[in-house]
Amino acid sequence: MDQYELLSGNEAIARGAYEAGVKVAAAYPGTPSTEILENAAHYQRIQSQWAPNEKVALEVCIGASIAGARALAAMKHVGVNVAADPLLTFSYTGVNGGMVLVSADDPEMHSSQNEQDNRYFGLLAKIPVLEPSDSQEAKDFTMQALELSERFDTPVILRTTTRVNHAKSLVKIGEPQDMVVKDYEKNPAKYVMTPANAKGRHTVVESRRKALTEFAGETSLNRVELGDRRIGFITAGISYQYLKEIMPEASFLKLGLLWPLNEKLIKDFASQVERVIVVEELEPVLETQIKAMGVAVSGKDIIPREGELSEEILRKALGLKPFEKIFSSVQTLPVRPPILCPGCGHRGIFYTLKKMGLHVSGDIGCYALGSAPPFGCLDTTVCMGASITGAFGMELARGEEFARKCVAVIGDSTFFHSGITGLVDLVYNKGFGTVLILDNSITAMTGHQDNPGTGKDVKGLPAPKISIEKLVESVGVNRIQVVDPFDLKHCEQVLREELAAPEVSVVIVRRPCALYVRLKKPAFVVDAAACIGCKACLKLGCPAISVNGGKAHIDPLVCVGCGLCPQVCPKNAIQEAGENHD
Amino acid sequence: MPFKRQVKTMTKDNPVNILIAGVGGQGTVLASKILGEVAKSAGYDVKQSEIHGMSQRGGSVVTHVRYGQKIYSPLVAAGNADVIMAFEELEAMRYLPYLKKDGLLIVNQQQMLPMPVIAGNAQYPKDIVEEAGAMGAQVKASAASALALEQGDARAANVVLLGILSRHLEFPEDRWLDAIRKTVKDKLVDMNLRAFEVGRRQ
Repeated sequence: MDQYELLSGNEAIARGAYEAGVKVAAAYPGTPSTEILENAAHYQRIQSQWAPNEKVALEVCIGASIAGARALAAMKHVGVNVAADPLLTFSYTGVNGGMVLVSADDPEMHSSQNEQDNRYFGLLAKIPVLEPSDSQEAKDFTMQALELSERFDTPVILRTTTRVNHAKSLVKIGEPQDMVVKDYEKNPAKYVMTPANAKGRHTVVESRRKALTEFAGETSLNRVELGDRRIGFITAGISYQYLKEIMPEASFLKLGLLWPLNEKLIKDFASQVERVIVVEELEPVLETQIKAMGVAVSGKDIIPREGELSEEILRKALGLKPFEKIFSSVQTLPVRPPILCPGCGHRGIFYTLKKMGLHVSGDIGCYALGSAPPFGCLDTTVCMGASITGAFGMELARGEEFARKCVAVIGDSTFFHSGITGLVDLVYNKGFGTVLILDNSITAMTGHQDNPGTGKDVKGLPAPKISIEKLVESVGVNRIQVVDPFDLKHCEQVLREELAAPEVSVVIVRRPCALYVRLKKPAFVVDAAACIGCKACLKLGCPAISVNGGKAHIDPLVCVGCGLCPQVCPKNAIQEAGENHD
Repeated sequence: MPFKRQVKTMTKDNPVNILIAGVGGQGTVLASKILGEVAKSAGYDVKQSEIHGMSQRGGSVVTHVRYGQKIYSPLVAAGNADVIMAFEELEAMRYLPYLKKDGLLIVNQQQMLPMPVIAGNAQYPKDIVEEAGAMGAQVKASAASALALEQGDARAANVVLLGILSRHLEFPEDRWLDAIRKTVKDKLVDMNLRAFEVGRRQ
């Protein structure tokens, strides 16, 4: 009997890699891609690794592919920007063992800084793009991507979106193929991309494009479902599922291979229906190409270009009645933004930065929450690693005085990812900047993945632990201090010293992530007689503390006993449970 | 537009649409996992959708579970939920517009203050359970966190709520118990089975 499991798209991609005999898998964590490598690592025969960044992950996979193994690299959409350099030239060299790059895009920016549409990377790099619309396809397309890769001598992009990565659906479990490592022969004309060789390879890429275009007309990755001929949708990915809910009887050209497109396939479909609508999230990637073929279609004239699509949005766009919303509160409902957890080490440092009124050049991680009230600390958040370099640019623009009122904040994993080169720049080009490395000793926001500083690998096995102190020292930073963010006084004192110093300083703010290493200290309590209701403790933005009826209250079920609030209370009204309490 | 008429989804049975709403860290994902296993074991097509990442840090979170003969979208459309299972009162009210006319709201009588309320910039809404009932929604309110705490851990409120939900769905009790055994950590199985029974008796 066939075995089915309820798998997320990410679990299904890992399963597909396993069944297809992938030997090497590498990734840097990033929502919504993270669980792909976590699950790949559960299969013993896959050599899985967290790489320090996406470029490294892809390059490891390129090496594995050239040497004959099947390989998979996984990253979020913005990670592909980091990996774009090797990707575009890997297109020229082609593969030996099959290679798939999973690009997990995040329309609606559930956990991202932009919502770029990475299908464009297919057009840019001239490599095929596959997009699944549920978990079964996520598994199947991963396997087919590896076959395509070898058949056409090209890397393949498997492009997913959050609603496929993190949605679960039934997947048929198959038997794993044998793991085959193909013969490797040194072949400089193919793999050494000097200009002379690359010119030859560009010609190969162009003939590959033509072969793939023909293939796109015959592959079962693309599927015509003829129904009611009055309307024909050309669609892909999750949009297909929404449309099938709304108009299951319409005609569909459901694309699984999104680049290159086959003109005959499109025109044949278009000729069989009265009206063609291209339905795709984000950019008009398909629409623009189809219009260039001279096919009249609707698309972004009625379908939104920003954010995710939904049944509701598509019903409206297609002129259908949405479901009635009967129940709606007359009260104003407060929003519930994400917050720093109780016991989070970032709280103490953001409290201090806010108190000192400093400019803060931010980075990507939980500490982006330092931009939210009550801290409102961050001046900038752009991309992984931009905190240090951004702060240096501000210093160059506004001078040394500004640098004395500005810090860069970057997490441990982000520092390994792309902070190191920025620090090298700051030292080499004689900056003054003060860099805070917020070391919570894990990659926290994405759900606690190990990194080069944690002493463990992706399988949880011991690994060399790379010392941030030694690394920083070796690039030439003379002033390095380590502080505990639970000690507010010391944090402020060290910051004052380092901001005043006329050279680069690094302050390592060290405290393990509160969700990863749980504090087990007794909750603090408020002495109501001593509390004057000044709300100084609310400036910590702690979810355990509220003020009711003019008195502060600490929720004993939420408080983990980090001890910050007694340090900010001007009346010593906050004490450890047990003190002055019978 | 060529199509003006509204098209109903399938010729077969309509799917069942359940929304699970709460605050990041409350265990909505585990609840949806157990529910998904139950529906799968009964032979249904199942889809569910979660959001990971930033919102799990104490933000508003929602997971969607749909099952039936054939499911396309992993998301419940607004106005089309048969059941909303809310782990917190404000989150119940936030997602109430998803509930269809004769739908059921199961709500944990618990209030967790969001940061704008803690900071004094907003008010926590008043009498949420009463307001939902006054609108005509079918409401089943329960102090699930307190009941779970009696069984050993307030975090098992998610399974207490599943116990309540189980009375309103077609599946026999054994399927639920099997799904709990399969899904939760071994050392927590007994406590969660007790929490489920407490919910089922509500």
